[in-house]
Amino acid sequence: MTDRDVIIVLDDKCVGCALCVKVCPFGAITMVERKAVVDLTKCTLCGACVDPCKFNAIVIRKKEGVKRDFSAYKDVWVFCEQKKGEVQSVSFELLGKGRELADKLGVDLCAVLLGDKMEEKCRELISRGANKVYLMDSPKLRNYQDDPYSKVLTALVRKHKPEIVLCGATTIGRSMISRVAVSVEAGLTADCTGLDIDPEEKLLLQTRPAFGGNIMATIITPNNRPQMATVRHKVMKEAEPSGSGKGEIVKEEFPEEIYSSRSSLIDIVEEIEETVNLAEADIIVSGGRGVGCQENFDIIKELALMLKGAVGASRAAVDAGWMPYSHQVGQTGKTVCPKIYIACGISGQIQHLIGMKSSDIIVAINKDPDAPIFSVATYGVVADLFKVVPSLTTHFKNILN
Amino acid sequence: MKILVLIKQVPETTDVKIDPETNTLIRAGVESIINPFDMYAIEEAIRIRERSGEGEVVVISMGPPQAMEALKEAISMGCDKAVLLSDRKFAGSDTWATSYTLSRAIRKTGDYKLIFCGKQASDGDTAQVGPGISTHLDIPQVTYVKKIEEINAEKARVERMTEEGFEIIEVPLPAVLTVVKEINEPRLPSLKGKMRAKKAEIPVWTAEDLSCDEEKIGLDGSPTRVIKVFTPPPREGGRILAGEPDEASKELAELLRDAVIG
Repeated sequence: MTDRDVIIVLDDKCVGCALCVKVCPFGAITMVERKAVVDLTKCTLCGACVDPCKFNAIVIRKKEGVKRDFSAYKDVWVFCEQKKGEVQSVSFELLGKGRELADKLGVDLCAVLLGDKMEEKCRELISRGANKVYLMDSPKLRNYQDDPYSKVLTALVRKHKPEIVLCGATTIGRSMISRVAVSVEAGLTADCTGLDIDPEEKLLLQTRPAFGGNIMATIITPNNRPQMATVRHKVMKEAEPSGSGKGEIVKEEFPEEIYSSRSSLIDIVEEIEETVNLAEADIIVSGGRGVGCQENFDIIKELALMLKGAVGASRAAVDAGWMPYSHQVGQTGKTVCPKIYIACGISGQIQHLIGMKSSDIIVAINKDPDAPIFSVATYGVVADLFKVVPSLTTHFKNILN
Repeated sequence: MKILVLIKQVPETTDVKIDPETNTLIRAGVESIINPFDMYAIEEAIRIRERSGEGEVVVISMGPPQAMEALKEAISMGCDKAVLLSDRKFAGSDTWATSYTLSRAIRKTGDYKLIFCGKQASDGDTAQVGPGISTHLDIPQVTYVKKIEEINAEKARVERMTEEGFEIIEVPLPAVLTVVKEINEPRLPSLKGKMRAKKAEIPVWTAEDLSCDEEKIGLDGSPTRVIKVFTPPPREGGRILAGEPDEASKELAELLRDAVIG
């Protein structure tokens, strides 16, 4: 039993390889007579040296029986994702929720922005509610890459100690944030659809779907900081720009090594689509087996185009080769959450429903009145999709003009 | 080269219910399968071994003793060896503790060039374990891999699926790759494979075998705690629009007007 956290180097296991010296972010470890020695005035007990030691020679003993002191951890952080220099809308949604959480805790909301020549975007983040923006600006951060991004965010978390870190449950967010959470020994909850603060313990209450949305779970991180979560896109409301926001931009610098990447990004290929991507879309028009063939998808695409929406497809339509896999909605495809989801000729197998049933409005168009899709539909039309869809396109054309 | 595949046994259907009395999951009667995304990971590993004509595929799973069945199925598809990580001390692991435990097993296996995982498991849907493992092992990763363009003993050139399309990434080995459905079409087990699986001796490794730091495994090693599990409220009953297709679609367009314009 110890009354505070301690770090111990087990001399019988330490072989003097000095790997820990290299990984220590605070320069707290030196080699003395081929054994690691920790300078306790520099050591923050961050734990960065524990796992890399191949000989398990470094141990951190956490104090027991007493609640750990997290007073050094404060503020709510939002990792703001950018692509091609544009801050992605999921970041604005997180700023909206982050502001609410920060107000409940009485702390600052901080945005974290990594990219190249992003300084002018910081003002926008401030106008959308951030009290502070931590900016890392470098040509080497222009595009997302696992190594530099996770190293930079890890270093920022270790330095400034936020109590909450939020990030989009996107291909970037999910790839990066788990690495950060493992490095800093934080709790991490995936793909949250609800976030709140427990009024008594001041803990982050993270609610997320499991088993394809058939069950919801609320999760806390009681004994680790920060409390980290990825958040599903399109669930939270975007923070609007207020224009009156005052905030500070903090430019961070770290040694050049932090930007190094073991893997290299050779090319970014944007698949040419006449419509927007599924994750960003407010409206999705999806086709299933009932569409019948590849050419018939044209009427689905026309409606999507008219509504400035995206085209989705059921697994049956993708497996038949009528649409590429990148359009597949459902368990083995994408989970989407648009304002309007129009399912055309989709029967509504459970695997498909999992991927779209949290949409605000669901429209089902199907000949079969017993199709399971109608059980989740806000509006249903029992008719031939080849009659309904073109007619719907015409009516929307009139409305939108 | 030695290729590792990490798989998880999951309930066959996600259509699970909560017992309102005990507030626990009702799993009785639900068959267990290999997580669908892990099937693509198994297939890709076997294909690489077959193309190169050498090496071995070792499949690892962490779970209760019945997860042995999932490992046998992997062998029947063509994996060479399997290891089960099973210990009461692993119970209650979240993604942090799971990726730590798996990384200990990977270190013990040693000498690997590639580690394949499915992009996520169909029960938890976190997608956190793959990146967690690459961090514990301090090796590079590529997530959401939809194609391996080239691979040799030193590096792989792969396509990583993104929201807008894909990225082409070159990664030095060893590395962790998590895969999506598009990468291949998993094979069915062969009769010969099934015979081999039947006879296969699958070792069980415990926390002690892995020299785990006991504070990092199971519930104690898991930073997150589930405090409440509940069934989401069902969707409001919908409305069927009657009438001829043209009338129904006109009414539908009017009903959606605000949502479309807003």
